[in-house]
Amino acid sequence: MKLKNKMTKQLLTGGLLTAGLALAGNAQALTVISFGGASGDAMQEAYYAPFSQQTGNAVTPGDYNGEFARIRAMVETGNVSWDVVEVESPELARGCFEGLFEPIDWEVLGIADDLIPAAVTECGVGTFVWSTVLAYDADRLPRAPESWADFWNVEEFPGTRGLRRGAKYTLEFALLADGVAVEDLYDVLATPEGVNRAFAKLDEIKPHIQWWEAGAQPPQWLVAGDVVMSSAYNGRIAAAQEEGRNLEIVWNGSLYDLDYWAIVQGSNQAETAYDFIRFASQADTQAEYSSRIPYGPVNPAAIELLSEKQAARMPTADANLEGALAVNTDFWVDFGEELEQRFNSWASR
Amino acid sequence: MSLQPYASPIERIWFWVFRIFCGLILLFLMVPVLVIIPLSFSESSFLTYPIQGFSLRWYEQIFSSGPWMDSLKNSLIVAPLATILAMIFGTLAAVGLNRADFPGKGLILALLISPMVVPLVIVAVGMYFFFANLGLLNSYTGLVIAHAVLGVPFVVITVNATLQNFDYNQIRAGASLGASPLRVFFTVVLPQIIPGVASGGLFAFATSFDEVVVALFIASPTERTLPIQMFSGIRENISPAIAAMATLLILMSVVLLLVMEFLRRRSEKLSTHR
Amino acid sequence: MTSITANHTAQDNQPIAGLKAQLRRAERMKKIKAMLLVAPLALFLMIAFVMPISSMLWRSIDNTEVGSVMPKTADAILHWDGQGIPDEAVFEAFANELRESRAGGGLGRIGRRLNYEDPTFRSLLTQTLRGLPATTEVTWTEELIGINARWNETSTWLAVQRTAPTVTDRYLLAALDLERAEQGQIAKVAPNQRLYVEVFKRTLVIAGGVTLICLFLGFPLAYLLATLPTSKSNLLLICVLLPFWTSLLVRTAAWIVLLQSGGLVNSGLMWTGIIDAPIQLVFNRIGVFFAMVHVLLPFMILPLYSVMKSVPSTYQRAAVSLGAHPFAAFWQVYVPQTLSGIAAGTILVFIMALGYYITPALVGGPSDQMVSYYVAYYTNTTNNWGMAAALGALLLIVTLLLYMVYHKLVNQKQLVRS
Repeated sequence: MKLKNKMTKQLLTGGLLTAGLALAGNAQALTVISFGGASGDAMQEAYYAPFSQQTGNAVTPGDYNGEFARIRAMVETGNVSWDVVEVESPELARGCFEGLFEPIDWEVLGIADDLIPAAVTECGVGTFVWSTVLAYDADRLPRAPESWADFWNVEEFPGTRGLRRGAKYTLEFALLADGVAVEDLYDVLATPEGVNRAFAKLDEIKPHIQWWEAGAQPPQWLVAGDVVMSSAYNGRIAAAQEEGRNLEIVWNGSLYDLDYWAIVQGSNQAETAYDFIRFASQADTQAEYSSRIPYGPVNPAAIELLSEKQAARMPTADANLEGALAVNTDFWVDFGEELEQRFNSWASR
Repeated sequence: MSLQPYASPIERIWFWVFRIFCGLILLFLMVPVLVIIPLSFSESSFLTYPIQGFSLRWYEQIFSSGPWMDSLKNSLIVAPLATILAMIFGTLAAVGLNRADFPGKGLILALLISPMVVPLVIVAVGMYFFFANLGLLNSYTGLVIAHAVLGVPFVVITVNATLQNFDYNQIRAGASLGASPLRVFFTVVLPQIIPGVASGGLFAFATSFDEVVVALFIASPTERTLPIQMFSGIRENISPAIAAMATLLILMSVVLLLVMEFLRRRSEKLSTHR
Repeated sequence: MTSITANHTAQDNQPIAGLKAQLRRAERMKKIKAMLLVAPLALFLMIAFVMPISSMLWRSIDNTEVGSVMPKTADAILHWDGQGIPDEAVFEAFANELRESRAGGGLGRIGRRLNYEDPTFRSLLTQTLRGLPATTEVTWTEELIGINARWNETSTWLAVQRTAPTVTDRYLLAALDLERAEQGQIAKVAPNQRLYVEVFKRTLVIAGGVTLICLFLGFPLAYLLATLPTSKSNLLLICVLLPFWTSLLVRTAAWIVLLQSGGLVNSGLMWTGIIDAPIQLVFNRIGVFFAMVHVLLPFMILPLYSVMKSVPSTYQRAAVSLGAHPFAAFWQVYVPQTLSGIAAGTILVFIMALGYYITPALVGGPSDQMVSYYVAYYTNTTNNWGMAAALGALLLIVTLLLYMVYHKLVNQKQLVRS
């Protein structure tokens, strides 16, 4: 509420206040935490640096590896030193339900119409779309695999395969391989029979699987020749292609998800945080980010600013969305723990 | 250990088997380190052999970018301070534990080693809540205290082991000759247990220098340590810049150790010439 | 007669008694001095470690989420006999307190807790909250059942009842693959959910294996280092210390590069013709052992080395000159003197190995993940701190028990020796 009043006031006074803020120079920097690495570097160039330059608000960039407990601890102790955090969708849903993130006032933010619907949520503003895809080494396979059914076909495509060590994605891919239609996937998975069916399907190729833990691993394995195909995040596969490796992506049956900006509950920089998020959601900044790392912009206008070649690599390109499915976050928030435990029990047997 | 001229053939064989075995163990210790060095000169952003193209881009990255040098600096501030704290507390406690039996000694021993046992994530969250009340979060002080806690068991255990073979009559002898307890400690006890203190200190240093979980909770972006920088972005990529940083650290430590060895030899020579 | 003797001895003993008292005083002084030396560290750890950690470990039995957000409901439902559905009073308290829970994240806390009982609770609560009427002049039993028929089921309310007491054993039981069945008796969880007993066993097996390998490799090398002339041994020591300067992540990455099927070791072996297809050396137990032994070996070598440095070689030589076989002299004279180093090295390596999770996570397979991996998963991914604390507390208890047994054994051995 307080925030809303403040924001309205700012809208009323318009540029005057922003100018004043810029003149005064914000004493306290906005702390923005991302997942770091290549994506963090791209954010530095596309968002942080230009934002500081144009608004006069300093940004302190930091990174973490998804340590959600740190956010919870900050809020529970009232010691909030992070303002804006990049979070994945399950953490966003959990944190929002548990009151760890400030609800977004979309009227004040005023950019809901510019973004794809999935980017607009109660507590988070989507920032990019990434996808878990089937990637393969084109040099080592007799023909191009087309679906997860081909991934399961060890006769025609001999060799080790990589899958993420965990129930999430793995169970979905197993059901897709078993012929479940994309649109029925989570309805089937929500039933005990569906879960049994997914594990039974996984039994078929269990000896051929090498499980990965960090997203850095599957591209590494494909490049080193450890596996012939693997589930992988699309960003690093594209990076490998750029370096001249003959890796290919099957977009059919890919699972896409978003990373979001969320404002930590109790941040005293909420106002600047809104400015930052608004800035990072513009078509030009989004295009700048996506040209540096192939994750899809949430602002559709940004696609047009990209080169044709760049646009074709985005999970949000029309051709790539065909046969793709959004990860059902609520399903995983509710049933994740139970299914992960069953997965671990199954995998270590 | 050297071979005596009167050694029997079996002893000779045994001697060489032993030497070769030790050589293999040293090789085992060195190989991963040696493997990583060439990768730091690779053009590719993947840590794989065969190396494609020679490039210094990763060195450029660590030297030119703020985060790498800042995090190295932070680690070089935090680790030595934490080590000193752990060494002082740990050595005193180990000496005390060895001096006499007292009630609750077993319990205290268990307490002293428990920072090694509790999973780091739990230590991290627990300390976060506690440090929040004391205002120690996002500060070097908090980080130093946290890492000293984690390093202390190493010092206690290694010094304690070294003291097992220590003859306490020497202390009495020293005291009866009129030396103050402090003087006895520094001139009689310490020189004999110094290998233990040094190993313990080294372990404590390594722990702080390589610790990412607790650091992530206690530090703010301004105090980020080297491991945090190394683990950054592991969700999608392990950058060969970590190989470049490792090579740099290896180079630095080899130079440091060689200089120390050189100085030691020189002082040895000087003392024999005298 | 007796009194005389008593007097007699008492007189005789007077100087001895005085000496005894003096000795006792000296002993006491020694004890106090020893305690004073230990005190700073003990105090430091009490403040900076025990206090923070115990409040965290307390969460393994803490069950106050629902009680703090819904005190009236918790109070009322504890008196319910578990038959049918609770009476109107419970429904009313629940509806009112649910409405108020939205403020201050209360809804999140009870939602999280109730979801552990049944993963559909979160959506049930959200839906119920949305459907609550604005007025208070209603029959809450009817209202709630009208919103969702699940409020008419005994099992729903039994779940709520289980969250009402202030402590719970559910996390500790779950960490042992157990649960409370319908009637409240302890039972094993379904076979396909059983995991943690296996994980605990595996953790101990891996840590024990790593310790033994480290001892087997570390003892000879430490012996070599301790017996070589200083100038030579110091150069070799640099080799031992070098890996110390490289981050865990770097070393783990190096082992992957070496051991993966397209890696250096496999390529080398295939080139020499020893094997014709790559063998799986990493992302399984072998890889875990390679990487962990490599990381932990210096922790075995250095304590051994520092103890061996203080062992005079004269004893062993004396034994040989007295006719003992060199191996016997080594085994019976030298090794016992290094026992404290062995004890320190093994305990360091074993305990550190127990807590490892980043290395096994990156070089192990699904059946090589250790307890700490799951602790991290529950803490950071699913935000289930009760479960994380329970696993952590069990690990701590098991380790400390093992340590105490070990300490007793080692001490006894040393007594025998002296």
